[in-house]
Amino acid sequence: MTTGQRPLSPHLQIYKPEFTSALSIFHRITGVGLALGTLLLVYWLFTLAGTGDAFVKMQTFWASVFGRVILFAWSYALFYHLCNGVRHLFWDAGIGFDIAAARRSAIVVVVLSLLMTLGAWAWGLSLLGGS
Amino acid sequence: MGLRTDLAKVRGLGSAKEGSAHWWSQRVTAVALVPLIFWFVASIISLVGAQQDVVQAWVGTPWVSVLLILLCVAMFHHLQLGMQVILEDYIHVEWLKIASVMLIKFLAVAFLLASIFAILKIAFLG
Repeated sequence: MTTGQRPLSPHLQIYKPEFTSALSIFHRITGVGLALGTLLLVYWLFTLAGTGDAFVKMQTFWASVFGRVILFAWSYALFYHLCNGVRHLFWDAGIGFDIAAARRSAIVVVVLSLLMTLGAWAWGLSLLGGS
Repeated sequence: MGLRTDLAKVRGLGSAKEGSAHWWSQRVTAVALVPLIFWFVASIISLVGAQQDVVQAWVGTPWVSVLLILLCVAMFHHLQLGMQVILEDYIHVEWLKIASVMLIKFLAVAFLLASIFAILKIAFLG
């Protein structure tokens, strides 16, 4: 079968990392992280449905410094994957697919997901009375 | 070398006419998840520090139970589709690729049923 001079798909080992390609792989990484997070979500539902003290123990864990660090990373991964996912949906609709627009929307995704995360935490912490 | 043309050799070995189904399901679940996630995150934040019975009462509210089950269905389906693509891209040993894709699908169904069971138990038994 004749293949001619078709362009090769990029070899990641010799491909210059770009801002946009970093966002692309981060979408996958956050996706895997969120998939693992659903295990905790199911466990949380089970402790909630149970009668023991597992729910209180889990709540105490999330209130600890280590728990909050994980929750913060989790919330950023969620908002990032959400924002970048919407960016993908725009591409699917054929909008913003040229390089300049892709770079602009990349910045929007990074900034917006960070603002959403900080906003969510500001709201949550204010409900706790700033503690 | 036979007398068959290149086209004849590949005909029928393609996408089995459903190549876009996976892609489309991922988009449908993504769109469904956008409002569901905003609602879920806002709800969880407003429940921060709440006692177990308060959270149970929230989960047991009929419309909340339904939305939570919808969230779980869309989420685990989306998760399973995305993980499949990642596994197919990075695992190059054929049997291992098939086995891990099967495993992720089994796990997704198992955890989906587990979460629905927990939600219904809270809704019906408190």
